[in-house]
Amino acid sequence: MPGKEKTGVLNEDTLHATFWGLVVAVMLSAGIYFGSRRLRDFDPALVSYAGASVFCAFGLAYRYAMWLRRPPTRLYWFRGWQIFLRPSKLAGNLMMFVRLFFQSFVEQRFIDRRSHSRWAAHWLIAWGCILAAMVTFPLSFGWVRFESAPGSQDVYRAFAGGVPVFSFRLDSPIAPLIFNVLDVAAVMVLAGVFLAFRRRARDRGALAVQQFANDLLPLLLLFAVCITGLFLTASAHWFRGLHYGFLSQLHAVTVIFTLLYLPFGKFFHIFQRPAQLGVAFYKQAGQQGPPAVCHRCKKAFATAMHVEDLKSVQRQIGVEYELEGSGHYQDVCPSCRRQTLALAQDMAWRDTRRPGSTR
Amino acid sequence: MNGLGFFLDYSRCIGCQACVQACEECDTHRGRSMIHLETIQRQDSVQTAPQICMHCEDPICAQVCPADAIKKTPDGVVQSSLKPRCIGCSNCVLSCPFGVPKYYAEIDQMMKCDMCYDRTSVGKKPMCATVCPSQALAFTTLEEMQRSRQGHAIQDWTFGQENVRTKVYLWVPEETVRFQIDLVQIQGPSRIQEDRNDVAALLED
Repeated sequence: MPGKEKTGVLNEDTLHATFWGLVVAVMLSAGIYFGSRRLRDFDPALVSYAGASVFCAFGLAYRYAMWLRRPPTRLYWFRGWQIFLRPSKLAGNLMMFVRLFFQSFVEQRFIDRRSHSRWAAHWLIAWGCILAAMVTFPLSFGWVRFESAPGSQDVYRAFAGGVPVFSFRLDSPIAPLIFNVLDVAAVMVLAGVFLAFRRRARDRGALAVQQFANDLLPLLLLFAVCITGLFLTASAHWFRGLHYGFLSQLHAVTVIFTLLYLPFGKFFHIFQRPAQLGVAFYKQAGQQGPPAVCHRCKKAFATAMHVEDLKSVQRQIGVEYELEGSGHYQDVCPSCRRQTLALAQDMAWRDTRRPGSTR
Repeated sequence: MNGLGFFLDYSRCIGCQACVQACEECDTHRGRSMIHLETIQRQDSVQTAPQICMHCEDPICAQVCPADAIKKTPDGVVQSSLKPRCIGCSNCVLSCPFGVPKYYAEIDQMMKCDMCYDRTSVGKKPMCATVCPSQALAFTTLEEMQRSRQGHAIQDWTFGQENVRTKVYLWVPEETVRFQIDLVQIQGPSRIQEDRNDVAALLED
């Protein structure tokens, strides 16, 4: 089975993924350098965050490239884009994309249909993290900075890429929101983490299959990042800066560890999951074409495009469903496969049944 | 699993649906039955056959999964797709040689029999085998099976030219060492081709 030979291919895959990892890491580094106006807006105190982010970008691109090397992933990825970008369907596809994006990513309704508590936990964690990421990454990269307006300590100005984008008074209602946006994000994530822990501690199904590294460690990391972040706020506002230096180091350690874990653990699904949208376009395009008809019952059971693509994937990975003489097992629908197995066992017994058997 | 194995014998199924109902009680997929109960030649026959996941050593469902969402536990049980990863493409549904995975559009996820992992991982029997009155689905020792039935257990299958080895055993005659599925089996014996619903012909020896 040539498709299952991995010797040599592994090295090629690794080199390919390393190349893309380096490309993305260099691009982000260049983005930090130029986006911070050649480091003029870059805060040296945040260099460890920026460094961990660059490594994280390398890891994400490496893993994504590795993931795309898998034949089924590669096929879906390219086919999805091919179908989405068809000029005759682009306008409709863009409309559908907006609708799917809102349903699947903004609302995350498909999770709600699994369980309300699961949805609440995921939604709070996801949007808390997105809110925090929208603030911390631009700040760490020096893309955004804040400073007092010249001649007035009561007005604060925000710059993006050195360009003033907005200003606000320190006694305005928006000021505490902006200064505490990370605290808001941390509270959202903590609420989600507690809901998730509660479910994982009580749901017998989850208890049976959950693993520490995959399911509990990500929640512990989010908890650590949020709680140490909130400690900083508490130290500054309520304890006159007690142990602030130590707490800021502790917070940095938790954030950096999370960034290093991000490409290799459960959080990778954030980057993998948009493939769900590509599948929706793929299914829609398949339904507009001819159906695949079962070789046995002569009923339609999938789209012809899907079945032919699967045969192509199977050839690449070395699955040999070709039937003796002619035909392909992939052309048999799942129900007929199950019936065939039962009938074949029956045939085996009938072929060997002896008179007087007690069976 | 303490010398216990999962044995499937289609020919013993009496179609009572106890396995289908019991499967819904499994904690890892509460309210959804992962068992397929096929009615063979429904027009004229009451013969039924249950299909559980056979838990392949090298699962094809996992090989064709673009999201790398199907994983096997160290003790060889192939799990339902990982919820954060499954993108609902149905590759696994169409590729499984046994026709096992089920796709649920409303939650956009593939689910399948996981041998009641909440039970078998702590030494209990799967729900279906616990309630099956004819023991078409039996979770017991090989010695007990050999003591009580003719035939023997096999784990090796061939679909076309693809060899598959499973954790779950199929109970077959002694003469059968590998279960081969090819065009002949798919189309059935020649007389069945003439009238696939003629069960009298099917049962003739």
